[in-house]
Amino acid sequence: MRPDTYMKIVVLTKQVPDSGLDRSLGADDFTVERASASNVISELDENAIEAAMVLSDAGDAEVTILTVGPDHALETVRKALSMGPDKAVHVQDDAIAGSCAVTTSAVIAAALGKLEYDLVLCAAESTDGGVGGMAQMLGARLGVAAMSGARKLTVDGNKLTVERQTDDGYETLTATTPAVVSVWDSMNTPRYPSLKGIMAAKRKPVETMSLADLGLAPEQVGAAGATSAVVSAEPRPPRSAGQKVVDEGEGGAQLAQFLASEKFV
Amino acid sequence: MAEVFVVANAANKLTYEMLTMARGLGMGDVAVVVLGAPGTADAIADNLAEYGAAKIYAAEDSVLEDFLVAPKAEVLAKLITEHQPAAVLLPSVQEGKEIAARVAVSLDNGLLTEIVGLTGEGVATQPVFAGSTIVTSRVTKGIPLVTVRPNSLTPSPEAATPERVSVPVEVSDQAKLVAVTDRVTEAKGDRPELTEAGVVVSGGRGVGSAEQFSVIEEFADLLGGAVGASRAATDAGYYPHKFQVGQTGSTVSPQLYLAAGISGAIQHRAGMQTSKTIVAINKDDAAPIFDIADFGVVGDLFKVLPQAAETIKKSRQ
Repeated sequence: MRPDTYMKIVVLTKQVPDSGLDRSLGADDFTVERASASNVISELDENAIEAAMVLSDAGDAEVTILTVGPDHALETVRKALSMGPDKAVHVQDDAIAGSCAVTTSAVIAAALGKLEYDLVLCAAESTDGGVGGMAQMLGARLGVAAMSGARKLTVDGNKLTVERQTDDGYETLTATTPAVVSVWDSMNTPRYPSLKGIMAAKRKPVETMSLADLGLAPEQVGAAGATSAVVSAEPRPPRSAGQKVVDEGEGGAQLAQFLASEKFV
Repeated sequence: MAEVFVVANAANKLTYEMLTMARGLGMGDVAVVVLGAPGTADAIADNLAEYGAAKIYAAEDSVLEDFLVAPKAEVLAKLITEHQPAAVLLPSVQEGKEIAARVAVSLDNGLLTEIVGLTGEGVATQPVFAGSTIVTSRVTKGIPLVTVRPNSLTPSPEAATPERVSVPVEVSDQAKLVAVTDRVTEAKGDRPELTEAGVVVSGGRGVGSAEQFSVIEEFADLLGGAVGASRAATDAGYYPHKFQVGQTGSTVSPQLYLAAGISGAIQHRAGMQTSKTIVAINKDDAAPIFDIADFGVVGDLFKVLPQAAETIKKSRQ
């Protein structure tokens, strides 16, 4: 008999090019340049992992990391595991490269269909594509509750309560498991992996799944199955620095003068 | 002729921007889809008429407000299937993107979010990677289904007399899995909305404390602007999270953006670098914010801002 607090949690993580460095699209197919980039775990994913570990620390939960991505995404799977999750599933298939968000959600939904879960946690948006729709896409595909943009999550048995920010305040949402919840960075502060956690992560089981394992055909995914396509990509013309003054007692007056000359006052 | 759908439930600047964009496509008459509680459509009908709405589909039922986005997405997907619009525009804000995401899945239709432009051929312009790259994209499966970023164009009125069409609201149990049990409105004072404001004055780590943010607020009020904050400032608790400008906060594109005590990390620039004019005040001469500022003052914001305010007040007398 499972105790009341027992939950099977799946956390979605994504490997992305470091948003603090220059990023680019491939010149031939306009997909995100991943092979040559300095790749990291998408920032808000760490908040989703932290939310899962808080639940795990408080009760009896099993936390599984689920990643869709190329071979080198395994690096960020290990990084995710170093924060404490128990195991990981890595969906890897060359045919998936070039998938749009809608198609990717079909791959993730198929993978979740192979796993047991009470709660799926993910980021409100990634730092690369930034579509911000994954939780709702998965909710629609799986027919489960989708609560997006959480800044607070409380779990009481199978009852979930989420608080999320709105334009003019906040709202409270309730649902029962199974559910998908996406989180913002306002929810928590992700823990730093301990040395012990990093060592343990190397030995944690990572199961690899292919498209065939998920029952999907190559033409359903990747560029072939994508529902949208990039036509062109250009670097934005860089902004050039304008006038700079050093305040030697008149900086504020000079600022006021600039604002007046630009008709802001 | 086909229609172009614009999804809106409020008479705000973004709604007018979407109406202006939809009219410019030349794809068909603009039909606004209003999804909300009874009375929502009538409350904004005059405003929609002013910006060229030829038709208003009013889907009104409390069930659309009682549960999170899924009922709205169901009703919209059904309307799209029935009327086969040439394109569908939604606001690129939390709810708009969520509705669009569900519609994309249920109709197996492509989705382009955060667009700043759209052509009559359905080619959308999107800034990606924190605005450092501009891509053009198109939906290759289904119709152009897009979410439009605020401040992407200047709205222009064009009077019309919209036909009001009541849409029956039938929602499946599948769409009622997440209940909205409470909505809290927090006092926001007289300042304009952050994403809609023509002037934004933002403070960062250099402001130093929550109390000292008053210097930012006072300057914003002097210029009739909104107050923003960098992530460093919101993480430190100096200012509420909802005012964060940047990759994980709001994206703003005002006429004037004034950054005080903000170094200009890429995470912040992502949310403000398309502003028309950028002004920066920072103690650190090497702060990257100066690289994109039209006017920069190297100095102490607690000296520079009050002196600037004093000068402006004097000039107004």
